[in-house]
Amino acid sequence: MSGYLQNIKEAATSIFEGFAITLSHMVRRPVTIQYPDKTPRPVSDLMPERSRSWLRVEMDTCTACLMCETSCPIDVIKITVAKDPDIGRHMSGFDIDMAKCMYCGLCTEPCPTGAIHFIPEFERAAYSLEEMVEHFIPEGGKVVPFKPPKKEKAAKGGDDASEEAPEEGPEESTEASA
Amino acid sequence: MENLVTYIHDNYLYGAPVWLVGAIVQFVIALLLLMLFVAPFAGILSFLERRIAARIQDRIGPNRVGPQGLLQFLADGIKSLLKEDLIPRDADKPLFILAPYLVFLGMFTTFVALPFASKLVVADLNVGILYVFATSSLTVVGLVMAGWGSGSKWSMLGGMRSAAQVISYEIPAGLAALTVILLAGSLSMQTIIANQGAHPWQWYIFDNPFCTISFFILLISLTAEGNRAPFDLPEAESELVSGYNTEYSGMRFVFFFFAEWANLYVLGAIMTTLFLGGWQIPESLYKASAGMASWLPQIVQLVFFQVKTMVFVFLVIQLRWTVPRVRIDQLMALCWKYLVPIAFFCVIGTAAWMIILPDGSETVRYLLTALAGLTIVYYFYRVVYQLRVTRSELDFNPLV
Repeated sequence: MSGYLQNIKEAATSIFEGFAITLSHMVRRPVTIQYPDKTPRPVSDLMPERSRSWLRVEMDTCTACLMCETSCPIDVIKITVAKDPDIGRHMSGFDIDMAKCMYCGLCTEPCPTGAIHFIPEFERAAYSLEEMVEHFIPEGGKVVPFKPPKKEKAAKGGDDASEEAPEEGPEESTEASA
Repeated sequence: MENLVTYIHDNYLYGAPVWLVGAIVQFVIALLLLMLFVAPFAGILSFLERRIAARIQDRIGPNRVGPQGLLQFLADGIKSLLKEDLIPRDADKPLFILAPYLVFLGMFTTFVALPFASKLVVADLNVGILYVFATSSLTVVGLVMAGWGSGSKWSMLGGMRSAAQVISYEIPAGLAALTVILLAGSLSMQTIIANQGAHPWQWYIFDNPFCTISFFILLISLTAEGNRAPFDLPEAESELVSGYNTEYSGMRFVFFFFAEWANLYVLGAIMTTLFLGGWQIPESLYKASAGMASWLPQIVQLVFFQVKTMVFVFLVIQLRWTVPRVRIDQLMALCWKYLVPIAFFCVIGTAAWMIILPDGSETVRYLLTALAGLTIVYYFYRVVYQLRVTRSELDFNPLV
């Protein structure tokens, strides 16, 4: 008999508590984000800080070292470098075919100035593959590569040298051990 | 009304007797009113249920069709109408076709006896409550028919479960209603309401402790009878695909759901009528509204009735997302081991109460009302507590 009453009591109290929990959920803000039409902030702000979305190149800091082009495993980046008697070595084209890009991020790593980097923007679907190619230098434009200031370069060069040496060391040792 | 009858009689049905024309006109008007009420109501209720379910699960729910997704049920209805009406090869064709209409009929005919206001009732039957219980359990015939007629084992199991469940739960439901019938001394829905008052302590739920218990018994039994979760075993989707309506498609499928949501309303209406004073409004409000227009009190009563009914509708919807589905043996144990004995105890208790205290006890009424009020306050305290513990903000805004 006591078990019987205990069952009734447990049922009543647990359902009561359950009701309180469900009602408390009902008066909360839903966690759903209504992506295309209603977002609390602009979509690019909602993306994580280091999200890999679209590539952008800051042309005023690009040194035309072609590191990104060579590091790209699927040849997405095409940089045209030419020499001109007036302005010397310059870039006449910097194209990234985003339709081909696989967002591996290998191009952003060797960039000495951080000119090529990901931006948290991804809503750039297009109707043709040609539209997906981004031209960072307009047709006929000429961009002189960025030259880091001498003093800084010297200091940086020293740093690079000191950094490179220990870096190469472990790499070689791991290769050797492997 | 009489003008309309004479107009129709003189112009269209001259040969027919006047009383017959009058009866037909009344019948058609009542039918239209009910149909126009029930059909959109079941639709809006389907929207409401989906929205409440979504908010309980921290989702948003339907919000695409029409303002705030209010027209979702119309879109669903049109989609279902345009769907192919499939009949399985092995189905028992006449039964398969007939079943949804029987289910629908069982639900729909109960609306005839529901008292929406003191004069707003299609038929104030002197066996009102008996009629409502009888017709609402007519649906079980349709459910078993659908289960058998589909020629599928899932449907068959669903139909059998529904038969077992509905018939079992008729007993505690009837017994729980009996306590009120004892107090009112009448089966008529209108008389039962007229015997109660407008204020909570004049309601039958607080008449004596036994009535309060039988209130909960009736609520559980009607939930089970309407195949609502946590007692939705006949259509348990994780076990039986969809139970008795597995093989149905198109409009026939909609009829089942239509009946389910209409049943939700009937549940609320029965509970309101029997225990919460139905359409009763305070005397002062009645006089004030009657002073403005003679029909206004009826509207105020209708609003009171609907609000009380919607509370139950909401509670039952919330229950669905609070409690997991019970097992079939638990379902039967709940009915036969708990509800039936307690309901008998309540009937005897109420009868004894009426003998010992023929006029009832004011003190007990006030005490029970205060207790209920305290429970509700504690309930809201627990809701706030839950919000505080989970460090979430209160956001009541239903528009998203």
